[in-house]
Order: sequence, then C-alpha cells, then structure tokens
Amino acid sequence: MLEISAVTKCHEKSVTQAGSRALFADVSLELHKGECVAIMGESGVGKSTLLNCIAGLEPVDGGVIRLDDVELTALDEAGFARLRRKFFGFVFQAFHVLPHLTVAQNVALPLWLLDTNEAEAARQAVEMIERVGLGGRGDDWPRHLSGGELQRVAIARALVHRPLLVLADEPTGNLDPERAADILDLLLERIRSADAMGIIVTHSAAAARRADRVLRLSSRGLTEQAVVA
Amino acid sequence: MKPVLRHLFLASLRYSRFATALSLLAIALGVALGLAVQLIHDAALDEFGRGLRSLAGAVDLQLTGPRTGFDDRLYAEIARLPQVADIAPVLELEVRLPGRTQSLRVFGVDVLRAYRLHAAFQPKPEATGGEGGEFALFAPDALFLTTPARTALGLETGATLRVQSGTVERTLRIAGGVPAAPANQPFGVMDIAAMQQVFDHIGRISRIDLRMRSRTDPDDMRTVLKAMLPPGVEILTPELAESQAVALSRAYRVNLTMLAAIALVTGAFLVFSSQRLAVARRVQEFAFLRAMGLTRRELMLGILVEGAVLGLAGGVLGIALGHVLARLAIGLFGGDLGAGYFEGLAPTLRFEPLAAIAYLVAGVLAGLAGAWGPARDAARVNPASGLRAGADSGGFHVRTGAFLALVLATVALGLCVLPPVSGVPVFGYGAVAAILAAAILVLPAIASSIHRAWPPGRSATVRLARARLGAAPGQAVVAAAGVVASVALAAAMGIMVTSFRHSLDAWLGVVLPADLYVSASRGANSGYLDEALIARVAQLDGVETLRPVRFDSIRLDATHSPVTLIARPVDGGKILPLVSTEDREGKLPEKVPIWISEAMAAIFSLDIGDEPLIPIAGKPVPCRVAGVWRDYARQYGAFVIELDDYRRLTSDFSANDLGIWLRRGASPDAVAAEVRAATGDRAVDIAVPREIRDRSLAIFDRTFLVTYLMEAVAVVIGLFGVSASFAALASARRREFGMLRHLGLTRRDIGRLLAIEGAMTAAVGSVVGLAAGAAVSVVLIEVVNRQSFHWSMDIRIPFVGLAAFACVLITLAALAARLSGRHAMHQSAVLAVREDW
Repeated sequence: MLEISAVTKCHEKSVTQAGSRALFADVSLELHKGECVAIMGESGVGKSTLLNCIAGLEPVDGGVIRLDDVELTALDEAGFARLRRKFFGFVFQAFHVLPHLTVAQNVALPLWLLDTNEAEAARQAVEMIERVGLGGRGDDWPRHLSGGELQRVAIARALVHRPLLVLADEPTGNLDPERAADILDLLLERIRSADAMGIIVTHSAAAARRADRVLRLSSRGLTEQAVVA
Repeated sequence: MKPVLRHLFLASLRYSRFATALSLLAIALGVALGLAVQLIHDAALDEFGRGLRSLAGAVDLQLTGPRTGFDDRLYAEIARLPQVADIAPVLELEVRLPGRTQSLRVFGVDVLRAYRLHAAFQPKPEATGGEGGEFALFAPDALFLTTPARTALGLETGATLRVQSGTVERTLRIAGGVPAAPANQPFGVMDIAAMQQVFDHIGRISRIDLRMRSRTDPDDMRTVLKAMLPPGVEILTPELAESQAVALSRAYRVNLTMLAAIALVTGAFLVFSSQRLAVARRVQEFAFLRAMGLTRRELMLGILVEGAVLGLAGGVLGIALGHVLARLAIGLFGGDLGAGYFEGLAPTLRFEPLAAIAYLVAGVLAGLAGAWGPARDAARVNPASGLRAGADSGGFHVRTGAFLALVLATVALGLCVLPPVSGVPVFGYGAVAAILAAAILVLPAIASSIHRAWPPGRSATVRLARARLGAAPGQAVVAAAGVVASVALAAAMGIMVTSFRHSLDAWLGVVLPADLYVSASRGANSGYLDEALIARVAQLDGVETLRPVRFDSIRLDATHSPVTLIARPVDGGKILPLVSTEDREGKLPEKVPIWISEAMAAIFSLDIGDEPLIPIAGKPVPCRVAGVWRDYARQYGAFVIELDDYRRLTSDFSANDLGIWLRRGASPDAVAAEVRAATGDRAVDIAVPREIRDRSLAIFDRTFLVTYLMEAVAVVIGLFGVSASFAALASARRREFGMLRHLGLTRRDIGRLLAIEGAMTAAVGSVVGLAAGAAVSVVLIEVVNRQSFHWSMDIRIPFVGLAAFACVLITLAALAARLSGRHAMHQSAVLAVREDW
C-alpha cells in the first residue's frame, strides 16, 4: 500500500526565504494494490512535482510517504535509487525511449538494472513486448516506431520488472485521442492485472475517467472529484 | 561486464560513431607519436651504448686527452705502475678519404694485446696471395675493416684505400676484418705504430685504456694517476664516457617526447569535448536513468568507463601505429630523427612491453581525464528538472576561471626562473603546461568579449550564430579547447623555429665573413694544412688576406664532454658574434684572453672576467674570459683563442681551415683552382659562404622536419576536435534545425549557420591559441632552449605565416563544422521537431 500523509512542497526559491510559500500542502492519499488513481489540476499546481516527490526525485518539505512498511521520505539518495529500480515504473509524456537501444533492449533496461541475467531479461522483455501488442518488433530501432508504438514500448518498460507502483506523467499527452484511449486502457489493464498501483497525472478528463478514482490537486491538498464528461 | 554498462554506456559510443572514432584516433595518434619517439630513441641509444660498451671492452679506466692527442711516453710511465693489470694505448682518428664524401674512424691499437683489453678491436688478417699470416698485422699499410665499413666503402680484402694525412694522400691495403666488432659499427683498425707513422702522429696517442689489478682501490688509483697526468688528460670510466655521449642528445629527445605529450593532451581535450557535448545531449537520458534507479555513482562510473574504453582502444591502436611510425621514421630520417646525434647508426626496433604498457596506460589516462569533468557534470544533473520537456540539451555553462588563469600565469612565470633538473628543463615544460591550462580557463571570457565586439549584422544566420555564442559560450569553449592546445603548440613552434632560423642565418653571416673557405678536415681530423702550405696559399695571386683556423677538442674535467678549441685571428673578439663582452680597461696582460660560447658559459658556470686554467698542449694556461659569443654549431661548448696566442702556446702552426679574402676583381673559381693546385686536387674542400650557409640551413630544416610533422599531427587533432564537437552539437540540435526550417530557413542556410559557428569557434580558439603560443614560444626560447642547448636567439614572429595559418585553420574548421552537421541538416524538418530526444 502507498500511504501519503500531509505532504508539503514549497516553491524552490521560497524555501530559503522566511515565510516559505507552499506549492502544495497537506497532500494525503492512500492507494491499494490493483488500484489506479488519476490526478488532475491546473497547470503549475505541482502535479509532476508530486510524482517526483513520490519517486524521491525531489525532496518533500513536510509529511511522510510510505510504500508498504518502508518510509520513503527517510531514505537517502542512493537508497531511494535502489528502491526505485525495484519497485517503481515510469511512463512519461515524452517517451524517453533510448535511441541507441533496440525495442527489446529498451524494455529489458529495468531488468538489467536489477542484474537479471541477459537471457532471462531478453525472455521477459519479449513476453512484455507481446503483451503490449508489439510482438515481433523487439529488434526494431526506436526511430522506426510511431508515437503510439513508442509509448507502448515505454509501458512495457514500466511494467516488465513487476513494480509495485507505476507513475505516469501525461502518458497520452503526445498522442491523438483515439490512440490515447488505447494506450491508457492498455496501461491500466496491465497495472491491474499485475496487481500493482498506478498514479496517472493528466489534463484529460477522458483519460482520468478510466481510473478508479479521480483526485484534484490544489495548493491546499488533494480532493476527490467527480469527473464530468 | 554488467549489461547496463555494456548496453547503456558503451553502446552510446557506437551510437555516436563519428565523435567516438575521432576521439579514438586522436588518442591513438598521441600514443603512437609518443611511443614511436620513445622506441626510436631507445633503439638508437641501445645500439649506441652497446657499441660504446663493446668498444670499451674490459676496461676499468680510460685516460683521455685532447683530439690532437698527448705524448705516448705517459703510457710507458703508467704501464710501470704495480696496480695496473693490463694497459693499452689507443690512437683514434677520423680519417679523411680523398675523393669520397664519407670519412672513416680508425683506431690504432696494440694488435698483439688487443684481445686482452679490446676484444672488439682484435684484427684478423685474411690471406690474399702470399701476404697473409700474422705478420700482416704489423704491415705499415695494413688496415682492417669491420663488415659495415667494408659495405659502406665497397671494399674487399686486398683492395686499397686512399687516406689523407695533412694534405698528403697515402694508400692503405685492406688486410682483413675485425670479426668481434659490434654490428652496425663502421670503423677500421690498424697497428698503432703503423698508424702513428701513416698519419704523422709519431709519439702521440688519444687515450690509454687500463684494467686494475684485483684488490686495487679505485680511489687510490685515481689519486696516483691524477698526479701523473698532464693537464687536459682526464680519468674516465667507460660508464661515464657513455653517459656523457648519451647526455648530448638527451635535451633533444626530451623535447620530442614533450611534443608527443602535447599531441596526447590534445587528444584528451578531444575526449573531453566530445564527452562534454555528449553529456549535454544526453541530459534527459541521464535524468531518466536516474529516475529508473541508477545512482549518481553508477552514472559517473559509466561515463568514466566510456572514456577509459576509448582510451584503451586508442592506446592499443596507438601502440600498433607507433611501431609502424617508428619503423617508417627510422627508414626515412635515421635513428636520431635527422638531428645528427647518431649518424651512421642503424638501430634495430624491438617491441618493448614496458613502454607499450606505459603508453597504453597514458592512453587510458587521457580517456579518463577527458571524461572526468563531463562525468562529474552528468552526476550533478537533477533528474526532476532533466526530465522536463525542453530540458537543457546543449546550452550548458562553463565556469570562467579568469582568476585561476591569472594564478596559473603567475605560476608559469615563477617556474621559468627555476634551474633545469639534470640538464632537462622540467620547470620550463611545467610553465608551458601552466600557460596552456590558463589559456583554456580564460576561453569563456574571450568568447564573451568576441560576442560583444561582433556587430549583429543583418543576416539571420549571422545573428543566430552570434546569439548562440552570447547565450551558450560554453559550447564554443568546449569545441575550442582542443583548438587552443594545437594552435598554441603550432604557433609556439612556428615562432621558435623562425626565430632560430633567422638567428642562425644572421649568425652564419657573422661567422663566415671571408670570400672563400678551404677545409682540410670537414668532419675528419686526419687532414690539416701545414705551415709551408699555408704560406704558399697566402702567396697566391688572388688572395688578399688569409686567416687560418685550428680546431682541437679539450677536456676541462672528467665530468663533462670535451669543448672545442678554435684558434683563429679574432681581432680582439671584434669579429665574433658576441652576446656580451668585457670592459678591457686595466686587465692583466699575462692572462690569455678567450671568448667562450654561451654553452661553455652555462655548462662550466663561467662568466666574463673569470680566469680559468685551460689545458692547452699539455700545460695549464691561465686564461681570462674576455667575451661570450653565440655558437649554434657546438652544443657541448667551445672557446675561441687568438691564433697567435695558440701558436705561441703550442708551436703548432698547422691549420684545419682557411678563410680567404680575395683581391678586388679576383674570381673565386680561379682562386679555388689555384688553391687546389697548391694543396693537391682532392686534399681540401673549398666552398663559398653561400654554399656553407645553404648546407647549414638544409641541416637545420632536416632537423626540424620531424618537429613540423608532429606539429601538423597536433593541428589535425585540433581540427578533429572541431569536427567531432560540431557533429555532436548538430545531432543534439536537430530539433532546433527542424524548427528553423519550419520558420523558413533553407538547408543551405543551416549549413551556413554551422559554418559560421565553426569558423567562430576556431577564431576564438585561434585568438587564444596564438596568444598562448606566443607566451609558450618565449618560454621555449628563453627557458627550454637555453637550459637544453645553452644558446640564445633573437625572437622573430612570423606574423604573415601565423595569420595565414589562422585563416586556413578557421576555413578548415568552418568546412569541418558544415560537413559534420550535414546529417542533421538533411533530416526531415517535420520529423526533427517531433523527435523524442
């Protein structure tokens, strides 16, 4: 279970000044296995920053984040990095598929980081590539793939090592609506079937609607929101 | 190897093949140059040392005198000492061979005892008809030649060889060989008595070799000998003789090695440039990897491994290339690379595992040094900001180090006043390194100044290039860093060589004032002109004035190589190329004035007004240093003495050379013919000053040919740097180019933009490189040259040449930048803006 309690994040500059100004404060959230939430909010409210705080890429200025019984906010940088490679999966708006690796190698990357032997990593990568509908494209170079296909590679990569938590930042922001719906369905289906947890940051109400819950982030915290089509 | 390392980091080397190949080649060239220089020098020194050791035989001590020799009665006295187990006299002469261009070194030895002390000199008679047998050893005309000498002269046993003694030609017969002589050593051996007879050296020998009885204390023996030796005869050990001979070329060898080191440093800069640009391009990739769980340490390690692998591959390639280069260079320039230290030597190259490993390590270190800064920068990337769309992918900042540059420049100044270490200008080279580092640190400030001084102009491409220089001077700095080192090196060497050549030319003008020069002993000492002949030449029709010159070599002590004595009329020093002279008032007339060369002043710590005792003709002569003159011909030191003083001290009225001033209207050719008629047709070489000057300058140019070649390599490596940097930058800027094409720029415009940026980068590098080069040239001329070779020169800057060089470099850089960017330029504009990275 992911447990976020009263997390506060201040503007970078104001931390050093007296009377620091909070980007967001008192953010709390409980997320259970197999559950996916969508986080919406205005631009600049700190949605991506909240994801970065959960992933330990940015420090929090108050509050506690726990993954199962590990207090993430108490970990040092190297400790968090090691934890991230094992328990976290990421999907970005820009796909961040490495151009000098093949599709299969890109997908196998998290397994390499976990020191899985190459043959086993390749086997699991091929299996995951098939599950995201790119069977037979493992040896292709990223430059030969369309935007939708690249995002499928990114999803395969986010899930191949069976993470506990998948963080997706505008995963469909670079895709047309039709392809965006497919990709999101795929992502959610994969997260649920792997019994993982998912947090999706999005501007799209259509995308948010596919999640189990929709939350709105403001400077005062997270609130549950009903999605209007 | 971990798959992460292999696939993420090493695979990226493959991905940016062009930059990788250039970095690898740059390191390979640096390693190859260094190793080749080392291999050639080691092979030459090894061969040279082996030859010397083999010729020294089983000798404990050598008693060596001036080139004109010393009285052989000393031999009989020393032979009587109870401490002496074995003793042998040696007469050594460089014999002039009339009608041939080469001379021959001939050793006169006691042929019956040679096997005991000098196995290498033991002659072996070879029968031809009825003349063979042991008696052939003592035949007054018997000469024994080593195999290389036979090959060089094209002579077999039984053949005859004309040799010159004074101006008289004599005939020697090849009576056999010298089977135990070291390979590659061309020389001849004669019975010493016969040789004294043939070359008019009756009663004179060059050295005495001896072996002490066991249990003789060497120090006691030295004391005993010291008391018996006349001035000018010194006690040497074979090891000391070898180290003196080897030390002569040391400065030259160190200089070449330093040049090669600069090429390797330039290679390291190239790794730095391409890695730094790659890091900038891969900011998002690294941020993403960090998000995926890669630690800072692992990231840094990965980039360092990339650098090390580049260095290793470059090193391996460089070692192979170094051996090929060494082989080629020995074939083309000889074992001394054209410098004239080991002429006639044919060294054998060998694979040297230790040198190979050392240079491989140097290659890896160059790769690591180049990758260190970029790796540190990459580890500092903040993953959260790096992941944001539009994260910095090239406009990185480089810290300006104007203060540190100033500190380094001050350090360089301080290093310049420190003395050499064992004759090697270590601190001078340190100053050169400090100047180069200061130049690179000051680059960002210079880039900003150029940006401010550059008018905006109307052309969009020029505006864009200017804006980029202003907004991201770091890129120009990184790309220009490699240019700075190579331009500085080329400019420094250019200024130094021009100054040297100009000074040498001016010097030749001063030391060759006569109309005609007659030499009986160019490169040999068996030829000379006797008093009667000199008088006859003086009487010739076309001769107005005649000035004889007599040479000898004199040992001032046992620890230094001998200095050259030059006896000639000098008109109180007025006709010498003096750099400083004494105030002649109030000097004691009984001291003999001598004018010493700068080298002699430096090596023996002598100055004007000093009164050294110089051993001349076996007597200690109280002399006074009346002036210091510039001498580019003799690195180990020389002094000039008035001919009249020399003749008074030695009663030697012969001469090696004659300077002839012609009567008005006399034809040099006609006078030369008269001189030949008087001296014998083949006994002398006659030259007009222009011929000697041209010959000297040709030797100068040959000596510096290797330097020019190494400089060219460094410049090519610098251009690689521009090319690699622009290839990397252009690849990182595909989106920018795509966007500009959307805005209406043509592909040709993008090409122009790249060319302008390339030219501007090279211009920044050239401006700083030329300034640094000028500073380095002053260090080379005033510190390195003075400490290495002990000679001064007048600084002369080849402005036109340097300007032309800078223009060519800037043009080439523009072309290189445009060519390197062509891939990015030709990509579809639509695809480029949609690119993920």
